[in-house]
Amino acid sequence: MKALFERGGRYLDRTLGTTPRILLAAAALFLIPVYVAPLWNLTMFAPQYQEGLRLDIYSYKLEGGNKGQDIKEINVLNHYIGMKDLVAEDFTEFKWMPFVIGALGLLFLRAAVHGKMGHLVDVVVLYLYFGVFSLWSFAYKLWRYGHNLDPKAAVTVEPFMPPLFGFKQLANFEVYSYPGPASYALMASAVLLFASVVVAWREARRA
Amino acid sequence: MTGKRNVVLGVLAVAGLGLLAGRCSPSVPRGAKKSAAATSDLAVAAQKTYVAPGDLDEYYMFSSGGHSGQVYVYGLPSMRHISTIPVYTPYPATGYGYDDESKAMLGNLTWGDAHHPALSETNGDYDGRWLFINDMNGRLARIDLRDFKTKQILGPIPNVSGNHASSFVTPNTEYAVMGSRFSIPLPKGTAVSVDKYATDYKGVVAGIKIDAKTGQMTLGWQILMPPFDYDLGDAGKLASDGWVFFTSYNTERAIGKLEVTSAQKDRDYIAAVDWRAADKAAAEGKGDLIGGVKVLDPKKVPGLVYFMPCGKSPHGVDVSPDGKYVIGSGKLQGVTTAFNFEKVLTAIRNKDFTGEEDGIPVLKYESIKDAEVPVGLGPLHTQFGTDGFAYTSLFVDSAIAKWKLGTWEVVDKVPMSYSIGHLAAAEGDTVSPDGNWLVGLNKLSHGRHLSVGPSQPESSQLVDITEEKMKLVYDAFTEPEPHYAQIIKADKIKPIEVYPKEENKHPLAVWDVKDAGATRQGDKVVVKVVVVRSTITPTAIEVRQGDTVTVAITNIEQTTDELHGMGLLDYNVNVVVDPGETKTFTFKADKAGVYPYYCTNFCSALHQEMQGYLVVKPRG
Repeated sequence: MKALFERGGRYLDRTLGTTPRILLAAAALFLIPVYVAPLWNLTMFAPQYQEGLRLDIYSYKLEGGNKGQDIKEINVLNHYIGMKDLVAEDFTEFKWMPFVIGALGLLFLRAAVHGKMGHLVDVVVLYLYFGVFSLWSFAYKLWRYGHNLDPKAAVTVEPFMPPLFGFKQLANFEVYSYPGPASYALMASAVLLFASVVVAWREARRA
Repeated sequence: MTGKRNVVLGVLAVAGLGLLAGRCSPSVPRGAKKSAAATSDLAVAAQKTYVAPGDLDEYYMFSSGGHSGQVYVYGLPSMRHISTIPVYTPYPATGYGYDDESKAMLGNLTWGDAHHPALSETNGDYDGRWLFINDMNGRLARIDLRDFKTKQILGPIPNVSGNHASSFVTPNTEYAVMGSRFSIPLPKGTAVSVDKYATDYKGVVAGIKIDAKTGQMTLGWQILMPPFDYDLGDAGKLASDGWVFFTSYNTERAIGKLEVTSAQKDRDYIAAVDWRAADKAAAEGKGDLIGGVKVLDPKKVPGLVYFMPCGKSPHGVDVSPDGKYVIGSGKLQGVTTAFNFEKVLTAIRNKDFTGEEDGIPVLKYESIKDAEVPVGLGPLHTQFGTDGFAYTSLFVDSAIAKWKLGTWEVVDKVPMSYSIGHLAAAEGDTVSPDGNWLVGLNKLSHGRHLSVGPSQPESSQLVDITEEKMKLVYDAFTEPEPHYAQIIKADKIKPIEVYPKEENKHPLAVWDVKDAGATRQGDKVVVKVVVVRSTITPTAIEVRQGDTVTVAITNIEQTTDELHGMGLLDYNVNVVVDPGETKTFTFKADKAGVYPYYCTNFCSALHQEMQGYLVVKPRG
């Protein structure tokens, strides 16, 4: 047991080569779009809405298409089936997500500069945790909107799960839900992180 | 080695991202992608709707003008707007609402909200004599189709508040009906707090009696109803002759935010009214005097009304051409219900009731329905074609569904742009629908026309229903706001184009310029005016300040389209007289000075010369 820990400790104390460090720094760079681009996009079409109603979810805000008007329109439509209004206050993520992403970025850079295998493992674990938690949180939020319907609403519909990824026909609406540019950047960041781990692991094996 | 691996990894990563990045929301909805394919049908559609210069349309469409208070006349299939018939609103273009007679008809109201035209019928078929149309202000109007003029406005009649469920006629135009959308405490003028809505407010449905020869409308019967909102109606025919049906919503008897409070129950009602029984009861003098008219109370006169449960918040109720089926839909649902009228009668006979509302028995839904047809979301209104096909407008789906009576099969759908309300098929609510054409009366036009700013027109779309598949063939834009419309074969209407001289019995008419001129009695001046190309005789009128002046203007032309107008500046007068017509207008000459009058309706090369002067001499 002790031998295992010692070997593990040695492994974690290993100094990273140049390539994994560059990949880490690059991964940190790919976190920046989270501050400027949407993480997720929901687009809804109906015969009456040929241009579509668009909702962009950022890490810190909701933004409706058509200068914000689309959120109001979506809320007006949803009130007929008794769905709660989409409001920024319901998204607690907006409060912590920019901070967490910033912190992750700093940890990426810290790992790149200090260059220890242990730091790399830390950020990978944290990043995985952040990713899974965020996706779960987003899915849960959608589920809650679709299930927490006012029983007194004018139109009674079965509780439903809005699409998390892809297309779904909801009544007269075609609903599309896809990641936004910021999420693709986060995925790129994850790929770079993964590449960093693979390269570092190969370095360790060669040594 | 490492470098090479990295390159491989990098390429893999980029490829993975590329795959994912391909996934995002499309910029147009699915249906939109097909629009290019439709171009091959363009030539066919264009040919079908093209009416060559000088040629005439096949059908008239009378479209309600909603809160414009007017009726619009269209030609089909060209969808050309041919004329506007002013009914409840002054219309200077034809001088309506400026002469004494039309002013008296309008009363103190300068607007009306006209929703549902009803062409007069003989044996359940349009006979082309009159067009009736409702007004929310408790009124009903009759337009004579001999000259396309509003001849009578009845009302506001007592007790009917918000006359929405109107003006559907019975198969031989015995009655046009009225129904209150807003229940109020009766008689009108009683103030009771809305908290007592459920008990102290009342609805009323009424039958307005129509004289078979003259079309003259008089109060027929009225029935006291529970405080629901009575929405639309249709008279039974053939198998269901003798009955008239009204949809109702807010059977919750709720107040406040009705969009929620009136949508709590799963079913509202269609009221089936035995109008012959009402006719008989009224003739026997039954009923209680309310607001000056006798009102029948179903509690005291049983057998007048039965409630048929229907999907919640229904809009249209439509009787099939053979009268066997009554079609009603909850407008928030995805199905329309076909009630079998035979079963309705059986249920009434067997007292197959589930309860009652203020003395009115409620029939059992399961006992009277034949089918729930899955037409689509938001069914509002149904029309009929040939071969047993029915067409239902779908507001939420923004489409029309075509389905078959009897097999209850939905066979086709065509999208409407956008949010269709009513629809009108050629003679589609009679005992013998024509098929051929269907018009979707849409609530939103939403950028399908040259932009005219925020106040947008509505859209009316022409659909070809001659084939198995419906085909959208034309977009037309209508002023606000058509609700229901009716389409009648053109040869059923035979309008005159001039008023024959021998028919003009107006006491102040003069047919010779020698007879024109002013006569005075005290401070009342009567001026007989003759208009003919290109003089208004007399060319000068002199009165004293404070006189009450009545001008009787006769257009002595007998030539088609030789209309003349008489606009009097600064006195808010503009009267237009058709060939052979006499109209009067009366005003108090309270402003001294000289006021020109002139012909407002272009008539001839010397139209500009057709003018005169009113001289008002100051008092004293």
